[in-house]
Amino acid sequence: MAVVTALLLVRATSADVLPDDRADLFYSKYSGGGMDITGESVLVRKKFTEDFALEASYFVDKVSGASIDVLSQASQIKDERKQKSGTAEYVHDKTTYSLSFINSVERDYKSDTTSFSLKQDMFGDLTTLTVGYAHTDDAVGENNGTAFVPVIAWLGHAQSNSYNVGLSQILTKNWIAGLNVNVITDNGYLANPYRSIRYLDSSNPKGYSLGSQVYPDTRTSTAVQAEAKYYLPYRAALTGSYRYFRDTWGIVGNTYEMDYTHPLKNIWILEGRLRFYKQNQATFYSDLFPFADSQNFMARDQDLAASENTTIGAKVTYAFLPDGWKMFKRGTATFDVSRISFHYLDFRNIKYYGVPDYLPGTEPLYFFNATVYQIYMSMFF
Amino acid sequence: MRRVRPVLLVGVMLLMSACSSIQPWVKPYERDRLADPIMAWDRDAISSAYLDHIREAREGSRGATGSAGGGCGCN
Amino acid sequence: MSSSTTKLFRRCAMAMIVIASTAFAADAGGPAPAFTLAALSGGQSGLSQYKGQVIMVNFWATWCGPCQQEMPLLDQMYKKYKPAGFTLIGVNVDKEAPAVKELLARKPVSFPVLLDPANQVSKAYHVDEMPSSVIIDRKGEIRYIHRGYKPGDENDYQDRIRQLIRE
Repeated sequence: MAVVTALLLVRATSADVLPDDRADLFYSKYSGGGMDITGESVLVRKKFTEDFALEASYFVDKVSGASIDVLSQASQIKDERKQKSGTAEYVHDKTTYSLSFINSVERDYKSDTTSFSLKQDMFGDLTTLTVGYAHTDDAVGENNGTAFVPVIAWLGHAQSNSYNVGLSQILTKNWIAGLNVNVITDNGYLANPYRSIRYLDSSNPKGYSLGSQVYPDTRTSTAVQAEAKYYLPYRAALTGSYRYFRDTWGIVGNTYEMDYTHPLKNIWILEGRLRFYKQNQATFYSDLFPFADSQNFMARDQDLAASENTTIGAKVTYAFLPDGWKMFKRGTATFDVSRISFHYLDFRNIKYYGVPDYLPGTEPLYFFNATVYQIYMSMFF
Repeated sequence: MRRVRPVLLVGVMLLMSACSSIQPWVKPYERDRLADPIMAWDRDAISSAYLDHIREAREGSRGATGSAGGGCGCN
Repeated sequence: MSSSTTKLFRRCAMAMIVIASTAFAADAGGPAPAFTLAALSGGQSGLSQYKGQVIMVNFWATWCGPCQQEMPLLDQMYKKYKPAGFTLIGVNVDKEAPAVKELLARKPVSFPVLLDPANQVSKAYHVDEMPSSVIIDRKGEIRYIHRGYKPGDENDYQDRIRQLIRE
């Protein structure tokens, strides 16, 4: 879905010169909210001429555990997602053209994204304009069996078109600022098949019954991010960014992020980050509906609930080959840890709390902490 | 609109010619700090992509997460 | 668009192209500004020291990728044409000397390297691209300015140097 477009728009380079060739080996682990997800990835990038480079990567995500939404004790999730991507980049004068393909496959979800972008340096290379378009096709399915004996039912398709424009401006020798606008339109099957809504039902001993979600079949969103980086005189960098998000489902999200990077000679780079995110709920979201079919559209997916999350992260990069060795220009190893605490403002923890201690609608609000570890090695050549 | 069109055209042309005569106020030989790897918007693309992926799976927001530009400005 | 608008459009486009091209005009054809800078190896050195020779002044920095790429090729070119009356002066624009010394200790060059941390010489030569190579003839006139570096450009440098040596 739009998840994969995030993976594409992250690339950042100085347009006239293609980045150095590199190979990265990456391992990550996410632990939190009852889920354990490990990720392994390899990425290789190579210039074939001064103007043309190819990049390819392979990523495997393994999910195990049971999230808050898995209410029936029988189905623990155990799933694997494989993602392949390839990018071609071509530079001519002050313009960089880039074409990417991403294919992501898991048992119950398939996604294909094609994207194209153009990056232009202007005004003495002080300004960079980026324009991009991405198209995604998804097939959404549901596993009606178990983790070990899956029975997949394909429920529908979804399509997404993402348009982005970015402007980056060097303000002084020490300052650079950027502004990004990204409009995404989705249509098709947009719901998560594993979530259910709940509604008050006195005939049920729990006080509520589960029902199917009903999602609109379109969604349009706009995100605008402003960011700036400043070079501190003793050699360090401070970054601040703010993103405003709004969509046709009534969600308004605000993201604030701050980052401090501190190098030590040519060998170590230390980095600290702080991120705060807050969103309100979608118009058709409710933790507890008054009765069955009370609205045209109904959702109880925690992604659409009113929530906040705060991240504190630290990263250490060690250059074990600071000046290169044979064909390698540089080699680094990085360890990165983030601690994220999620708080929901209108999504209740009904997995562990219920009658008789808590009547429907009074269960404690859900919250959880997650830790994300990343270890990777990068070789530049 | 017919009268406005030529005026708009001239306006854009003048603006563009004015812009092309603005000398860059940060000269190519003054970009040492901007060329420093710590000033790159994104030093580790795999890592940021992964963190973005985690967030998008749990938040309603999506998009607009990358900037380009800066750096050495060579060639 | 009406025909009067089309004419106006054409005239404005021409005017814009003229203005744009003058904004990027080279300084080729003028005398090379004299300069004296501290040399990395010690002492002072300048353009006047090489009067009568064909000179290439190469502006470079330790933080500039393409500059690093062309250095070994410039070194080869210097060794090859020095006996014929050619000299290459590397003008480094880094703000601090230690990084320059450290880089040249690992990847030495035989041509003289001068330091321009205050960027006076870069300004005098209107350097608008990194790297830049300014080729000066025996009479001290700037004959050609090469902006940027892409593999293969060294052939271009050699052609021009040979041409000026023959004059």
